[in-house]
Amino acid sequence: MSLATTTIAPAGEESRIRWADLAPFIALALIVLFGALVNSNFVSSANLLNVITRSAFIAIIGVGATFVISSGGLDLSVGSMMAFITGIMIMAMNYLAPAFGPWAIPMGAGVALIVGSLCGLFNGLIVTMGRIEPFIVTLGTMGIFRAFITFMTDGGSLSIDRSLREAYRPVYFGNFLGVPYPVLITFAVVMVGAFLLYKTKYGRRLTSAGSNVEVARFSGVNVAKVRTIAYVIQGFCVAVAAICYVPRLGAATPTTGQLWELQVITAVVIGGTLLRGGRGRIGGTVAGALILEVIANVMVLSDMVSEYLVAAVQGAIIIIAMLAHRFTANR
Amino acid sequence: MKSMTLKTGLLLSTVTTALALSFGAAQAQDRNITMAVSIPAATHGWTGGVVYHAEQAEKEIEAAFPNIDVVLSTASSATAQVSSLEDLSSTRKLDALVILPFTSEELTGPVAQVKEKGTFIAVVDRGLADPSIQDLYVAGDNIAVGANTATWLSDKLGGEGEIVVLRGIPTVIDDERIKGFSDVIGKTKIKILDIQYANWNQDEAFKLMQDYLAKYPKIDAVWANDDDMLLGVIEAVDQAGRKDIKYALGGNGMKQVIEMVKEGDERTPVSTPYPPSMIKSAMYMTAAQFAGQAPMRGSFLLGAPLITPENADQFYFPESPF
Repeated sequence: MSLATTTIAPAGEESRIRWADLAPFIALALIVLFGALVNSNFVSSANLLNVITRSAFIAIIGVGATFVISSGGLDLSVGSMMAFITGIMIMAMNYLAPAFGPWAIPMGAGVALIVGSLCGLFNGLIVTMGRIEPFIVTLGTMGIFRAFITFMTDGGSLSIDRSLREAYRPVYFGNFLGVPYPVLITFAVVMVGAFLLYKTKYGRRLTSAGSNVEVARFSGVNVAKVRTIAYVIQGFCVAVAAICYVPRLGAATPTTGQLWELQVITAVVIGGTLLRGGRGRIGGTVAGALILEVIANVMVLSDMVSEYLVAAVQGAIIIIAMLAHRFTANR
Repeated sequence: MKSMTLKTGLLLSTVTTALALSFGAAQAQDRNITMAVSIPAATHGWTGGVVYHAEQAEKEIEAAFPNIDVVLSTASSATAQVSSLEDLSSTRKLDALVILPFTSEELTGPVAQVKEKGTFIAVVDRGLADPSIQDLYVAGDNIAVGANTATWLSDKLGGEGEIVVLRGIPTVIDDERIKGFSDVIGKTKIKILDIQYANWNQDEAFKLMQDYLAKYPKIDAVWANDDDMLLGVIEAVDQAGRKDIKYALGGNGMKQVIEMVKEGDERTPVSTPYPPSMIKSAMYMTAAQFAGQAPMRGSFLLGAPLITPENADQFYFPESPF
C-alpha cells in the first residue's frame, strides 16, 4: 500500500503541505508500531494480510467518497447501496448460473457495476437537478436501499448458488504472487482515482467546484455536471467493493454494510480530505481505511481494554489522530 | 429472477388481502372473536422468522377456528408499534392481543390501556415493565441457551481446554446467554481466552474470529452465541486452515446451521433453539383460550433442548427466512 501512496503525493508543492500530507501515514505507522509492541502476533504476515485485505472495502468505497466530498458533496447511502448491489448481484448470478455456469460470475459483476453507477447517478441527479442538500438526499436513499435489501432477503439472508461459491471464493481469498486480489483491486482503483483527480481537467474542475462554487461557475465549470459525475464514480466504486465482498461470506443480509458510510467518511477525513470540499487526498483515504482496521485489530489483540470500552478507545484514537494532523498542518 | 416474481406475487396478494379485509364485512360477522397480533417488522434474521411464523399461524388458526379473526400488524420501531396499537384498539373491539414488544418500558403504558378495555393480553419474548398486565407470557429461556451449550461443550472437551466467545449486541438477551454459559464454564477447568462484541453481525464475527485466530495459536472451541455470527466464524476458521478448533457452536436454530447439524457436521454437531416460532405458540394458546376455553393464563417458558441430528427435523423450516 505504501508503494501506491508515495507515487500519489503531488509533486512540486511546498514542503509544508507535503509534510501535512504525510500525517495520516505517520499516524498509521505509529499505530502499527504500537500494535507490534503490544502483541508479537500482530506483525505475523497472516495477521497483516488479513487486516489489509479487510480494509479493501472501506478503501475502495473511500476513493469514490473522496471525489464526492472534495466536490463539496456527501454520500450517506454507500453502506445501504453496497448491501443493495450485493443483493442484486447475487440474484443475477443465481439466475444466470444454470444457463452459463461460472460465466455467471463476470456477468453478475457487470450487472453490479451498471446498477452501482445508476444508483450513483440517481443520487447525483437529485442533488444537482433537485437542488437539495446532499445530506438529506442520501439520507433518504440510504433508507430506500436498506429497505430494498431487507425486502429482497425477507429479513433473512440471500446466499449465492453453491455451484458458484467455489469458483468465486478466490476473488476474496486468493492471491497473485502473495498479494491478495482485493488488495490488487484496491491498488488499481487507487491508481485510476488518483489519475482522474490529480492529472485530468475533470479533477481540477471537481476541486474548484468544491472550494468555491461561484468562482468555479464564473470560470466556466459546469458545477452540476461535475458533481453528478462524482456521485456516479462513487456508485461505481461501491459496486467494485461489492464484487470483492460477495465471495467472502457468499451472502447478503439486511445488516450487510451497516454503518459503513460513517467508516468511509471517517477514513476520508482522517486521510486529509476536507469535509467542506475543495481538497481530496486519495492516498490519505487508503491510509485512513487502514488506520480504522488496524485499530480494531490491535484492540482485539491487546488485553488492555475491557470489551465494554473498546469503542471508546477507538473513538479517542481517531480524535487524537485528527488533532495530530491539525497540529502538523499548522506548522 | 424467479424470487423477484414470487415477491411481486406476494405483494399483490397482500394488496388483495387488504382489499378483501375492508370489503369482506359479511365474512367478519361470522368471526366474532378478534385476535390482534403486533410484532416487529422483519429487519434481521430473527424478526424475519417471527413475521414468517406469525403469517403461517394466522392462516392456520383462521382455517381451524372459523369464529376467530386474526389481525396481523408489523411495526418498524417502538413508536410505530404504539401507534399501531392505538389504531387497532380504536377501530374495533379486541378480544385478544398477542404482542412481541419492541422495548419493555415504552410499550408498557399503551398495552395497559388496551387491557383496560377487557382485552386478553399475551406477551411474547420481551416482558413488559409491569408483569401484572399480561394474562399470558410466552418466552424462550436465554439462560438455558447458554447453559445447555456450555454443559454439552464441557462434556465433549472433558472439562478442560481453551475457548473463545463472541458476544452479540449489549442487551438483556446477550447478558443472559453469556451468564448462563459462563456460570457453567466457571465450574470446569475450561478457560475462556477472550470475549468480545461482534453485534450479531456475520461480517464483524468474521473479522473478530480472524483476530482471535491470529492472537491464539491454539483454540479448542468457539461459541458464537448466535448462528448468524457462527457462519462468519466458520468462514474465518476454514480460510485460516486451522485444525485445532474441535467445536464451533452458535445458537438460535438458524436454518443453514440446522442443515449442518442434520448432515452430521463434526465441528457443529448441535445448536440450541431460541425459536422465532414462539410467536406461534402464543397465538395458538390464545386461540385455545377463546375457542376451546382451555385455561391459558400464566407463564410459559420454552425449553432450550439441544438440537441434534436425531431431532433436527422438528426445528427445521426450509421455507422460513431464518
